[in-house]
Amino acid sequence: MPTVSVPTPLRSQTGGLDRLELTGATVGEVLQDLAAKYPDLAGKIMEEGQVRRFVNLFLNDEDVRFLDELATPVAERDEIAIIPAIAGG
Amino acid sequence: MSVELVRGLRCRLCGKTFPQGPLNFCTEDFGPLEVEYDYEAVGRTLTRQAIESRPRTMWRYRELLPLDEGPTVGRHVGFTPLVKADRLADALGVSELYLKNDAVNHPTLSFKDRVVAVALSKAVEFGFRTVGCASTGNLAGSVAANAAAAGLDAYVLIPDGLEQGKVLGATIYGAKVIAVEGNYDHVNRLCSQIAFRYGWGFVNVNLRAFYAEGSKTMGFEIAEQLGWRAPDHVVAPMAGGSLIGKIYKAFHELETLGLIDPVTTKMFGAQATGCNPITQAVKSDAFKVKPVRRPNTIAKSLAIGDPADGHFASKLIRETGGHGEDVSDDEIVDAMKLLAETEGIWAETAGGVTLAVARKLIEQGKIDRDGSTVLCITGNGLKTQEALLGKVAQPVVIKPTMADFEALVGPEVEAHNLALV
Repeated sequence: MPTVSVPTPLRSQTGGLDRLELTGATVGEVLQDLAAKYPDLAGKIMEEGQVRRFVNLFLNDEDVRFLDELATPVAERDEIAIIPAIAGG
Repeated sequence: MSVELVRGLRCRLCGKTFPQGPLNFCTEDFGPLEVEYDYEAVGRTLTRQAIESRPRTMWRYRELLPLDEGPTVGRHVGFTPLVKADRLADALGVSELYLKNDAVNHPTLSFKDRVVAVALSKAVEFGFRTVGCASTGNLAGSVAANAAAAGLDAYVLIPDGLEQGKVLGATIYGAKVIAVEGNYDHVNRLCSQIAFRYGWGFVNVNLRAFYAEGSKTMGFEIAEQLGWRAPDHVVAPMAGGSLIGKIYKAFHELETLGLIDPVTTKMFGAQATGCNPITQAVKSDAFKVKPVRRPNTIAKSLAIGDPADGHFASKLIRETGGHGEDVSDDEIVDAMKLLAETEGIWAETAGGVTLAVARKLIEQGKIDRDGSTVLCITGNGLKTQEALLGKVAQPVVIKPTMADFEALVGPEVEAHNLALV
């Protein structure tokens, strides 16, 4: 199953878990599964079905905005990382 | 400068407020945090007269900087020259042109000393002993130098392949400089993860809200040096997109305090074509800033493919009636030479970007030739020498004889000298 890694500040929403095993064939489907199982966490990173402006998702270290965004296909052993975007400059 | 002047931090997206602290972002939506002031309290002591009586550093605007105590780091930063650039104005065909010259900022010759002075003073207030940053070069040097002077340990993370002057300019201060394989966005992402794991003060991660406020002092100084007025146009280089917004915020705060007339300044953003996520969004009137996957430009200090403040910068440019443009590497080098040859100022590549974009916008009619225009020069050419290798004339070698010299300079110079007599 694909895994989603959770950044430290959001682990209070997952009972301390830093990696979640979820199902889905695309990034969007994995996030839907996440929303079903961890609605509070999903509320922090999603808004009206879209990833929030200052949240970035990486599929195996590649920003999904350079792939096919939420439609990006996800394989069984892929890892999605949630990374807060507001830093740098 | 006392604690009651700062109300706290506020999310720029949802408005949620937080007490001052080393926070990364809003806990509700990951939005960036902005320092909030009690302007009524600020206005009681921050008058034109009070400012003008204070030392000529960025701290003369201290009520609008988010420290609880006096600065402990970077006490001499700022108040760089605002140069009236008449020869360059003639070359560009504009009537009133100024250069805000942070190429000579103290101590590390870039505008980053402003943000670092605030961030590290705040780090000391919060009790951090180790500080760090993700940097395209100028910030690396500034964090390293100012941390050394303050006795703080520093970890400086940069993309590999930076200019030698930027790398040496950080390592000389004893900082732990780590070159990361990849571009700035890779470095930045790693720094965010490090900041979560270690209890360090990263100036542009968990101290970012305070850090960014330091950029306002460039705007305060521009307005004061113009005789307490905001210019008609400002052209600022954009990397993460923070500076342009903070300059405008500075003008707006001075207006709020009644220190200048209502602001009508148009803000213009400059990028290199090899890394133009923000200007591309402005030019195509796009709602979203699309990141650039592989930045490729000699303006390495501006090579941020995924600018954190890109959204706000593009919005500001549009709302003020300004515009954004980007320029090629050749145009950047030409502009560096033009600036040096007309005004005697050797800016780094980012300065070439700013001037080349200004020239383009003037030619396009986007910048009014009759208005007052300020170009923000944010870094020093000594640090980006590689960009000019093979692009400027080599010195001619002669024997130490008058015959050789005269053969070289020719009768033309001789005639000119005679005319002077």
